[in-house]
Amino acid sequence: MTAPQRAARLLERAPWVATIGAPVAAIGIVALGLALLGQRPGPALAAMLRGSFGDADAVVTTLLKASPLLLTGTAVALSFRCGVWNIGAEGQLVTGAVLATAMATRIAPDAPAFVLLPLCVAAGAAGGAALAALAGLLRVKRGVSEVIATLLLNFVALQALALAVHGPLQETSAAYPQSDALPAAALLPAAGRLHLGVALAGAMAVATAWLLFRTPAGFRLRAVGLSPVAARFAGLSPEREVMHALVLAGALAGIAGAFEVMGVTRRLFEGLASGAGYTAIAVALLARLHPLAVLPAALFFGALEAGAGAMQRNAGVPSVVTQVVQGLVILLSLGFGAGEVRLLAGRARSRPLAGEPAAREP
Amino acid sequence: MDALLEAALRLAGPLLLAALGELLIERTGVINIGLEGVMLCGAFGAFACAVATGSPAIGVVTGGVAGCALGAVFALFAVVRRADQIVVGTAINLLALGLTGVASRTLYGGAVPTAPAIGTVALPGLAAIPTVGPALFVQPPYVYAALALALAIGLFFRRTRPGLRWRAVGESARAADAEGVAVTRVRVVAVLVGTFLGGVAGSALPLSQSNVFTEGMTAGRGFIALAIVIFGRWSPLGVTLAALFFGAAHALQFWLQARGFDLPYPLFLMFPYAVTLAVLGFSTGRARAPEDLGRAYRREAA
Repeated sequence: MTAPQRAARLLERAPWVATIGAPVAAIGIVALGLALLGQRPGPALAAMLRGSFGDADAVVTTLLKASPLLLTGTAVALSFRCGVWNIGAEGQLVTGAVLATAMATRIAPDAPAFVLLPLCVAAGAAGGAALAALAGLLRVKRGVSEVIATLLLNFVALQALALAVHGPLQETSAAYPQSDALPAAALLPAAGRLHLGVALAGAMAVATAWLLFRTPAGFRLRAVGLSPVAARFAGLSPEREVMHALVLAGALAGIAGAFEVMGVTRRLFEGLASGAGYTAIAVALLARLHPLAVLPAALFFGALEAGAGAMQRNAGVPSVVTQVVQGLVILLSLGFGAGEVRLLAGRARSRPLAGEPAAREP
Repeated sequence: MDALLEAALRLAGPLLLAALGELLIERTGVINIGLEGVMLCGAFGAFACAVATGSPAIGVVTGGVAGCALGAVFALFAVVRRADQIVVGTAINLLALGLTGVASRTLYGGAVPTAPAIGTVALPGLAAIPTVGPALFVQPPYVYAALALALAIGLFFRRTRPGLRWRAVGESARAADAEGVAVTRVRVVAVLVGTFLGGVAGSALPLSQSNVFTEGMTAGRGFIALAIVIFGRWSPLGVTLAALFFGAAHALQFWLQARGFDLPYPLFLMFPYAVTLAVLGFSTGRARAPEDLGRAYRREAA
């Protein structure tokens, strides 16, 4: 047995090795790179740890950064499980934030909190779901690859955000390209900076895990993801499941956007889209597409983002280094490829990217 | 009006170059959505090298090599190891954004120098044609290179044996394999050549369109180039027309703004993406994507 085969056997028996190994190796590679650039990686890592878990305030920052990743990561894991290559969580998050802001500042600004809070979250969910459903319709009805559709819709959503804050949602004083501050009734209940959305995001990840693995609906989604042809022979409609997966994932990402404006930024502005939709792919892969494992994976990337700021201030290491870690974690998760990720990596997709409409499959 | 024409062609050049690189890759059945990152690496590599050596030509080559280096990572994971192409492409984009950011901040701190610029080249004779001459034939070399390359790629796919093999790999990797074509080798070579072109296209941003490098300066151009390949229906001629169309849309935005039309600029930025989606959604007939696009090829056990 050769060394790679032995390693593969080990990963087969203990998939958690890959889950722990990927981020550790990624940070190791980055530390090595920093050393080669003449930085001192030790103090940088220490500053990052202090910035993410050093005190109560740092932990709160970590949780706040992890919260949108939790929702978008769950969204990506859910759609990948159904074989839907949804890389549009970024656009879905943005659309959710825009619609939640529209609800809070324009449509129902005077509603009491017990009405406005659910309305805003619902608006966010509807926005994300609508954008994802558009991509779903393009795939199901017109045979357009969802990869291309969700990718392009990200940019449409980003420019829609820019239009909104320069136009219909711009603050009343029209001084800056940003929305009015959300009315107090639209703000999530919070203890200090820690808002209720963080707990709700965790609950939604758990609920998604339950849906996927404990309900018939979840079984249908996964069946289509494993083999659309077999699922069709079993009487399922892959088109329907694809739409379900996209709408659900879009709603989760849209809620992430709503929570950001309702709990963190309290206004809408262009900088709101910070890449949480792309980081989500790293989160989902590290979690091996399991929503429960998304909890620690999101926490890891949240801590990374929270710590990066402190690292830049105190050790002079540019915070963009986090994106290198994200990219490496994705590659290493694929490379270590255990269990579901290897399945996802090795499986030829059921249909080519932009070929015949899915409806014509046998 | 001729200013509009000139700008349209000038802006279309690098887009076309990047799209042609992606076209080469996609015709062999591989989709690289890491093109944005490849262009960004090319932009940084070209800028850093042009600043260090003072020679924009060396910069352009380095840009291509930098894009190609990232392409090698993509090829290793997505082609050789057969990991999912979309996921690897996403990782490539994240890596490029992070690496170029760290490198530029480490190298230059707050004071980013300016790079030596690549000027325009007047084609002798043609540039003397009244009105359209100066607009069409006094352009940066990127434009001529891209147009010549479009022609060359068209001939390569239509008229040469290797071109036929490449297309066969994209349409049916299994059939090509049975015919004795080395599927993995063809795909790796296509990725390396294509990402070299992507890197060269990226070098146009700091060396021809502005003289500095800024983080994330590709600003979605790699994704527009992806859209151009689809919009152009995977044919060199179609891709050329699509690139000119998007270049013109971009130029029109500046032209209208310069004339004091108060148009919401996000609408213009949204335009290429929305048009591509609309075309994909409303086009009838069979999409002409390579049949095996996005599929990893695994030889079945004998």
